[in-house]
Amino acid sequence: MKKLLFSLFIAILPAFALASGGGALDHIDTDHTNKESLQRGVALFTNYCAGCHSTEYARYKRVAEDLKIPLNLYEENLIFTGARIGELMLNSMDKAAAANWFGAPPPDLTLETRLRGESWVYSYLRGFYKDDSRPLGVNNVVFPSVGMPHVMVNLQGLCAVEPRIGVSPSVEPLSGNINNADVCPEYAIEGSMSSEEFDAAMYDLTNFLSYMGDPVKVERERLGIFVLIFVAIFFIFAYLLNREYWKDVH
Amino acid sequence: MNKLLQWVDERLPVVDAWNNHLAKYYAPKNFNVWYFFGSLAMLVLVNQLVTGIWLTMSYNPSAEGAFASVEYIMRDVQWGWLLRYLHSTGASAFFIVVYLHMFRGLLYGSYQKPRELIWLFGMMIYLVLMAEAFMGYLLPWGQMSYWGAQVIVNLFGAIPVIGDDLSLWIRGDYLISGVTLNRFFALHVVALPIVLLGLVVLHILALHEVGSNNPDGIDIKKNLDENGIPKDGIPFHPYYSVHDLVGVAVFFFIFFVVVFYFPEMGGMFLEKPNFEPANSLKTPEHIAPVWYFTPFYAMLRAVTIDLFGLPAKFWGVVVMGGAIAILFVLPWLDRSPVRSIRYKGWLSRIALAVFAVSFIILGYLGMVPTTAGRTTVAQILTVLYFLYFLLMPFYTRIEKTKPVPERVTG
Repeated sequence: MKKLLFSLFIAILPAFALASGGGALDHIDTDHTNKESLQRGVALFTNYCAGCHSTEYARYKRVAEDLKIPLNLYEENLIFTGARIGELMLNSMDKAAAANWFGAPPPDLTLETRLRGESWVYSYLRGFYKDDSRPLGVNNVVFPSVGMPHVMVNLQGLCAVEPRIGVSPSVEPLSGNINNADVCPEYAIEGSMSSEEFDAAMYDLTNFLSYMGDPVKVERERLGIFVLIFVAIFFIFAYLLNREYWKDVH
Repeated sequence: MNKLLQWVDERLPVVDAWNNHLAKYYAPKNFNVWYFFGSLAMLVLVNQLVTGIWLTMSYNPSAEGAFASVEYIMRDVQWGWLLRYLHSTGASAFFIVVYLHMFRGLLYGSYQKPRELIWLFGMMIYLVLMAEAFMGYLLPWGQMSYWGAQVIVNLFGAIPVIGDDLSLWIRGDYLISGVTLNRFFALHVVALPIVLLGLVVLHILALHEVGSNNPDGIDIKKNLDENGIPKDGIPFHPYYSVHDLVGVAVFFFIFFVVVFYFPEMGGMFLEKPNFEPANSLKTPEHIAPVWYFTPFYAMLRAVTIDLFGLPAKFWGVVVMGGAIAILFVLPWLDRSPVRSIRYKGWLSRIALAVFAVSFIILGYLGMVPTTAGRTTVAQILTVLYFLYFLLMPFYTRIEKTKPVPERVTG
């Protein structure tokens, strides 16, 4: 039967390849067990994103507990709205007014990585560049004509040209020079972080958003092992029981 | 204990029922792996009912609260994520198991006389299951829930004269709205499960009346021993109950790998656009039904010609409906003197292989956006799908069959 199901999976495999289509992205693998990364991520999120973007399906307390942040520290430093720690992570932005300012209200981000994918979010966050034809003076290579300003311009700086997203760095064989190592070759405004530092920070932020989309992932995958071990042991007993009963049937 | 049993048995035939359906129900002893999927379908049905009941306890069937309540189940309800993933994975598992169960019927001619009613009840189960899955898919109230329902309900609008009023009647509104969600919820959790359970009972009663078919497609009741028990039969309990336990273990292993490690199955079981709440003003760029409907969806889209003054969309609906309806008459299309593919001729084997491959490729084509080339392929495969049935009376009659053994083999 395994064989059958396997061949069924193979038959539907091409669909997986297609499901992940779209433009070129910088691929990342998130890691929800990396609590330091998630803690840096929630700090960035709270300071740069949460003013406009709610994560209204999640609760502060759950985030604090999952990320091993003491509740009092979280309440003092990471809740700006006066909400209690057990509440949902709403914000105070008026949706109608926001639609007026940006063209569309900033979307809720609880499930953003599950909607668009982690690599998309990571690439998007690093995809802003200067474009004077746009109302806010910036555009994004991953999300053309985006309505959002480049919030982290003081960290990354503002790229003068289109950033290189989905282009892997290459080493010139003769000179040993590395090409395309940085996402942005030329800045219109310098930021406080180096290119690597900003990439690392955006990894943490994406990692945090990925955790927000699927907070139970670590626990689920931990439990799964025990469930599968149980089923495997059950299989041995079922198999032996079956063999015992059927040994006399010819 | 014995006294209690006796007391009950004098008032309700529990011992008879136990014997008729389990301890003295003689099943052929040569069942192979294909025969696991019937009991597995029952297992998945129980999983869906139990997890469904608990999901209902925390779900909010309103346009305002549905999406948030699903996330509430995923985050705040204890073990809610497990219940939800068991239910969503179970839906896909149900169709995998049922498709394999149906294919088994095609392989070994299990629909042939005297098992026509079993096949018909089975087909009705399949139909109700599709309605159940379709209505259940609206409940999370995500973008794909919403637009999938919009597209499917609009199909009824293609019917001449009454179409628009009919789809309006189904929706209860001019577009999919909270009213639709409420009625789909009522049908999904109350009406259809009752019908489904009733049909399952009929399916099994009809099966136990005539007895199970087997991979050789021969009638084991023709060879009885001195006690009137089929020589090739074996009591369902305990022999097949312990046998099915092995199947259950293997199934659970695969099922739990998906539940715990790939609950979205790369967007196949839980589609990505469904992580965004339903928005009637924003159409997703690519609307595709869940994988188990895609073969029929591909057939719907394959019809591109207006005919007799009626639009192609209408004929697409006719083809899609016909693809399911034709399965109902299968017992009367097969004119072969033998049941099992083991003793049918090469024509039947090729026809079945072509049919199965067509169905799988159509399933793939229904998932991806159309191109001119893909539509042509879908058209060819749709024709092949129907030819399997329409030509069956001929190829099953003219082909040379192999002699069927007296007793079951291996």
